[in-house]
Amino acid sequence: MKILVCISQVPDTTTKVKFIDDFKKLDTTGIQWVINPWDELSLTRALELKDDASNNIQTVTVAHVGLVGSEPTIRKALAIGADDAIRINADPDDAYFVAAQLAHVLKNESYDLIFCGIESSDFNGSSVGGMLAEFLNYPSLSSVSSVKIDNGQFCITREIDGGKEIVTVPAPAVAIVQKGIAKEPRIAAMRGIMMARTKSLKVVDPVAVDSLTEVVKFEMPKPRAACRFIDPENPRQLIELLQNEAKII
Amino acid sequence: MSVLIFVENWDGKFKKLSFELVSYGARLAEMLGTQAVALSIGNVENSELEKLGKFGAAQIINAVNDHFDVFDGQAFSALIAGFVKQEGATVVVLSNNNSGKAIAPRLSVILKAGLGSGVSKLPLSITPFIVYTKVYSGNAFSNLTIKTDVKILTLAQNSFELIETENKAIVKNAAIDLELASVKTKVNEVQKLSGKILLTDADVVVSGGRGMKSAENWGPIVELAELLGAATACSRPVSDEGWRPHEEHTGQTGKIIAPNLYIAVGISGATQHLAGVSSSKFIVAINTDKDAPIFSAAQYGIVGDASKILPKLVEAVKELKGK
Repeated sequence: MKILVCISQVPDTTTKVKFIDDFKKLDTTGIQWVINPWDELSLTRALELKDDASNNIQTVTVAHVGLVGSEPTIRKALAIGADDAIRINADPDDAYFVAAQLAHVLKNESYDLIFCGIESSDFNGSSVGGMLAEFLNYPSLSSVSSVKIDNGQFCITREIDGGKEIVTVPAPAVAIVQKGIAKEPRIAAMRGIMMARTKSLKVVDPVAVDSLTEVVKFEMPKPRAACRFIDPENPRQLIELLQNEAKII
Repeated sequence: MSVLIFVENWDGKFKKLSFELVSYGARLAEMLGTQAVALSIGNVENSELEKLGKFGAAQIINAVNDHFDVFDGQAFSALIAGFVKQEGATVVVLSNNNSGKAIAPRLSVILKAGLGSGVSKLPLSITPFIVYTKVYSGNAFSNLTIKTDVKILTLAQNSFELIETENKAIVKNAAIDLELASVKTKVNEVQKLSGKILLTDADVVVSGGRGMKSAENWGPIVELAELLGAATACSRPVSDEGWRPHEEHTGQTGKIIAPNLYIAVGISGATQHLAGVSSSKFIVAINTDKDAPIFSAAQYGIVGDASKILPKLVEAVKELKGK
């Protein structure tokens, strides 16, 4: 069995984002790039599954759509423990573009399980996983918090509005994962960092795909009014304000 | 030409988010000079379907079925795509909830239609079609142009007001393609959170952080939530410690919520936490540290010890409710 983990590169989640060119572009000065948090958890879960020999997983591959500047992020995934990597050499235009590029590469490959994060922390679109599954005509499970392998089938827990469902789905399938899939992201050990340098990172040329959407401008959130402090000796006043001023209780 | 709104049901019933979707779709149809058509798939009684009319749906397509008892993103997407084509819809509106997130991207590929995820207001412009979406986990917003003829939008929960009208909808029954019902997903077990207000549906949320010090101190939070008809939530360290279940974790990697009122108790307000709650309409913070970042996101704040303040709040709410 072979697993693919799709990874995206995002600014470190504590970054205070700024924009340049009249709010058309992200100011990348000083940004620390990291693996998208959900993708990192997916990778961790994929490696946990591989660690259990009874699952009989040969390889865990990571795939990424991005220019050469994102190779340090891919090497980090290799250092954490992925066996090899594919980088599709293109600037990721929009989610449709990314999913189409991944689908094109995967058409001639046979991965049994494809992991995608539920969203990326930059565009928060929750799109690539479902789009990729549709391009490949694979079933997709969304809001997934647990993946186990049982007799070559996947036993998956997914969140539904108001609870959870435990479902089974045959290979090949796309699992779109959220919190709970792994406890903590796995951290690269020194040996992994050394080994990552020699692992295969295949660079593939993109195919021609038109994006369907385009960000024309960014905006900063409107500043909130200053906080009104209430006397800690008289918290009753808070309830009065919520009732009479804010009118929400 | 029309705006097609996919309205999910829960055991044959709609909920607030369904009516938000229809209100949004009806306003959007008005902007486009067309009509709003709601699509329901499942077994929903006519009296329930008619409620959608009140929020502005001109027509309701009632695709009755006994076969889609398993939610399968692939099958639902194919089915909805068929209705989009049949109706000649130019905009498809879904919720940004679990099922919307499963369907919308697949639908985007089937229809080659651009997707705007998690919109919270009507488009900024129709030609070109520009929507307003959250990016960088709420630290910024984007003006996103959707370039295709057909557009797909998912609406963030609790972001659009309910607009009731005198409108009555025409209900049309529709047949569904049963070939699509042969899904690969098999459900083995369903665990429902019964009797609890869902965090994502709640108008009011009371949330505790590490400042609560231990799981045993949660009593007043739960009591305050019960009195306010609120859901309970927590910050990440709390769910990591196992003081509260993971389902309650709100923040960037947990639940993203937008209640009318979010009461944060003993939560310092790290960027990752605020990413999950910054769309709340009102934030109240109670924290011992007056410099905690949560206060810069809050409208009302109390600097002090939660163990002393919470019981007084509980008393005040009890009096307010006349108990």
